[in-house]
Amino acid sequence: MATFELELVSPEKLLLSRPVEMVIIPAAEGDMGVLPGHVPMIVTLRGGVISVRENGQETERMFVRGGFAEVGPTRVTVLADTAVPVANLSRAEAERLIETAERDYQAAAANDTPEKREAAMNHLLAMRAMKDAAQAA
Amino acid sequence: MASLKALRTRINSVKSTRKITQAMKMVAAAKLRRAQAQAEAARPYAERMQRMLASLGASVTGNPDAPRLLVGTGADKVHLLVVVTADRGLAGPFNTNVGRFARARIRALEAEGKTVKILSVGRKGAAYLKREFASRFVGEITFAGKKRVGFEEAQDITARVSAMFEAGEFDVCALVYNRFRNVISQTPVEQRLIPAPLPEVAPAEGPAPIYEYEPSEEEILAQILPQNLAIQVYRALLDSAAGEQGSRMTAMDNATRNAGDMINKLTLNYNRTRQANITRELIEIISGAEAL
Repeated sequence: MATFELELVSPEKLLLSRPVEMVIIPAAEGDMGVLPGHVPMIVTLRGGVISVRENGQETERMFVRGGFAEVGPTRVTVLADTAVPVANLSRAEAERLIETAERDYQAAAANDTPEKREAAMNHLLAMRAMKDAAQAA
Repeated sequence: MASLKALRTRINSVKSTRKITQAMKMVAAAKLRRAQAQAEAARPYAERMQRMLASLGASVTGNPDAPRLLVGTGADKVHLLVVVTADRGLAGPFNTNVGRFARARIRALEAEGKTVKILSVGRKGAAYLKREFASRFVGEITFAGKKRVGFEEAQDITARVSAMFEAGEFDVCALVYNRFRNVISQTPVEQRLIPAPLPEVAPAEGPAPIYEYEPSEEEILAQILPQNLAIQVYRALLDSAAGEQGSRMTAMDNATRNAGDMINKLTLNYNRTRQANITRELIEIISGAEAL
């Protein structure tokens, strides 16, 4: 089957760089499956799981907190804020993060601008997605 | 001439100094390797970010509603300098170089009638610049006690800078830090952060792909710019960390060598003195015996 080059980088390291058949990206406006020959796009990510398929099977699952993805003619580059293999996620950690995120959101909801409130909400949603991913793993 | 006992203590003290500098050199070498590896690991992200930014930025320049992080406030009155130094000393000229460079910049800007504000990162630079420019300080950040700087630290700094920018506290922001060239050479440089300079990207082979954006270009840009800021700061922190270790390694290598030279000199002196004492005693005995 046809493949394309996938690069997954976080600020701290290059996590993945190899040809794959398909990748599912948690874009801000909904999950997006990318196959070879996809139309060039630049999208933002929400918190969620990136899933990579090779040889007809799902080979990698990475949780990302947010970031950007560039779908080029021959290459897909994902710039993740943080990326963790789903297997390494811990549910307890996620719950703790949800708690702080909820508190931040309450604080933001009370006295910040709508943009800040939205940022806090997105963060909270990302943390919830992390918990779900941890639970599923 | 110093007494034998004094020389002995002196030799011993220089020997223990040499042990310490040698150990510090070794530690710095190990840390340098780690810092370099970290800087290496951060490069792919930064490069791809620049590429993406270039393709986005080209489409909004000239647009009056372009994000302020990209075009600035339109004024050029208040400058914020983020000065990155180490938290620890004994690193040769590392900290003083940045300090001196920053001081020259501040003087030059003030001579042009601009207002300068300083945000210092790292204890040493803060101490250096405070002597002269304490009134310009708006903040100090240190990572003392942290084992390594991560991306989160860079994000903290960026958050502070952006908050100040949104509050209209400055017009132009620049980073001053030591760029790591190689182990023995680090040069202080100034790098502008806000307004963000658009990266020049060599035209790729073939026509550039026309991207679709989701959500809109403006929204992506509004998210990517702060992230880019954090990345620039992160790179500067890593460069500075690697430079610090490199500089310390060179400094400690020199110190170890100097201590060795000094020990040789002192030992020679010690042996001579000892021999002189023996000769003198012998002469005393012999001339005493002859006098009888």
